[in-house]
Amino acid sequence: MTENRETGTPLVKRGLAEMLTGGVIMDVVDAAQARIAEDAGAVAVMALERVPADIRRDGGVARMSDPEMIEGIKAAVTIPVMAKARIGHFAEAQVLQSLGVDFVDESEVLTPADEAHHIDKWAFDVPFVCGATNLGEALRRIGEGAAMIRSKGEAGTGNIVEAVRHLRSILGDIRRLTVADDAEIFDWAKRLAAPLPLVQEVASTGRLPVPLFCAGGIATPADASLVMQLGAEAVFVGSGIFKSDDPARRAVAIVDATTNFSDPGVVAKASRGLGEAMPGLEIGSLSTTFADRGW
Amino acid sequence: MNASPRVGILALQGAVAAHQRSLAGLGVSATLVRTPDDLDRVEALVLPGGESTTLWHLLKVNGLAEPLADRLAGGMPALGTCAGMILLASDVLDGRTDQGWFSAIDLTVRRNAFGRQVDSFECDLELPAVGAPDLHAVFIRAPQVERVGPGVEVLAAVDGGPVAAREGSVIVTAFHPELTPDTRVHRLFVDLVAER
Repeated sequence: MTENRETGTPLVKRGLAEMLTGGVIMDVVDAAQARIAEDAGAVAVMALERVPADIRRDGGVARMSDPEMIEGIKAAVTIPVMAKARIGHFAEAQVLQSLGVDFVDESEVLTPADEAHHIDKWAFDVPFVCGATNLGEALRRIGEGAAMIRSKGEAGTGNIVEAVRHLRSILGDIRRLTVADDAEIFDWAKRLAAPLPLVQEVASTGRLPVPLFCAGGIATPADASLVMQLGAEAVFVGSGIFKSDDPARRAVAIVDATTNFSDPGVVAKASRGLGEAMPGLEIGSLSTTFADRGW
Repeated sequence: MNASPRVGILALQGAVAAHQRSLAGLGVSATLVRTPDDLDRVEALVLPGGESTTLWHLLKVNGLAEPLADRLAGGMPALGTCAGMILLASDVLDGRTDQGWFSAIDLTVRRNAFGRQVDSFECDLELPAVGAPDLHAVFIRAPQVERVGPGVEVLAAVDGGPVAAREGSVIVTAFHPELTPDTRVHRLFVDLVAER
């Protein structure tokens, strides 16, 4: 081993997030689905026992998946494998790190374990992705060590409206912050309830210090194109693929539309004859909104 | 003054924006290459880090695999980092069975040979082709070179294993020069393109 080799550094963690940009990360519940995702060109898979639409339907407490199931998926594919831990549940995250997953998602889709504290993500070698609904929440998660942010949207609904709201909120505030003067930046930090050095960094660079992906409600190729055009760097598709009529075709179509998001001709071609998308839900009809979890 | 070379970045997936920033730092405004028409407009190509299986799938789906193979066979200069190195190699171990590559540099590489993400690392690297000081290199689920062809010059090594190499106008690195502010590897490539 080389003398000066360092693992688990912020650069190494954010670097993997950077490698996934422009891609599609798909929720999968078993090895067969994982292979369909990899065949379709997914850049990574999220291993979980139930997709968000089923978690929403079943109710009860949603927890980390069975390690045996995660290992089965790891063995089935060569692309990176992610898995979810409950918000604040650092013991679940420790288990996932010991299994050798490539990314841990501290996810609001699972039932939170701690209603005040998120996981101290600096304490881990494995990188973390966290959800955010606005810029302050994104910067608090980055302050805790997240190496990737995903706008939360509302998972398991097949409804893109919340994803758009959250992306616009994060990216709009970044744009506004870049024209703030030095005195105003202090006030921004106060209002965002975010660490001042991170607010100053965003003001000067015009982007988050880590990649910004989009999740929660993407069900069609046009949905993927929409959020990429709004400024997402990659997309997570949860229930949208394996709750649709023809998952293999839809997976390929969403990858195609994500790669060629700015070419409506390609998006049109990808959208043709895919069969039924997942059944969608109105946000107003929900008894639980996952996006409200996180502090 | 010469016009800056028309360098493209394969922009199907991966660390495209990071390479764009590195090249912009050298005054090179890179073209994003997503279609065969885009490829026709560039005289050199950067193949970024990303997922090599995904990139190969997208190269096929977007009709770029064949024209790109032709351009590389015709001697187009190329810089491949990590997944880009895998795509340019002459043989790939531990890939998917349907995964292809371009055989633009005579190397055998093994995917993810350094382990999974928790084994990804950064370290200082001696790279004489860019001079002193040492280069700070970031390795992420990096490929490992298992065989070096007779015409290939090894530019840098970690623990005796090659991590940067050059053959003709093709440069590859197992690490990610686009993730650090040091632009010397990109400079090496841009100079190579300009000298042709």
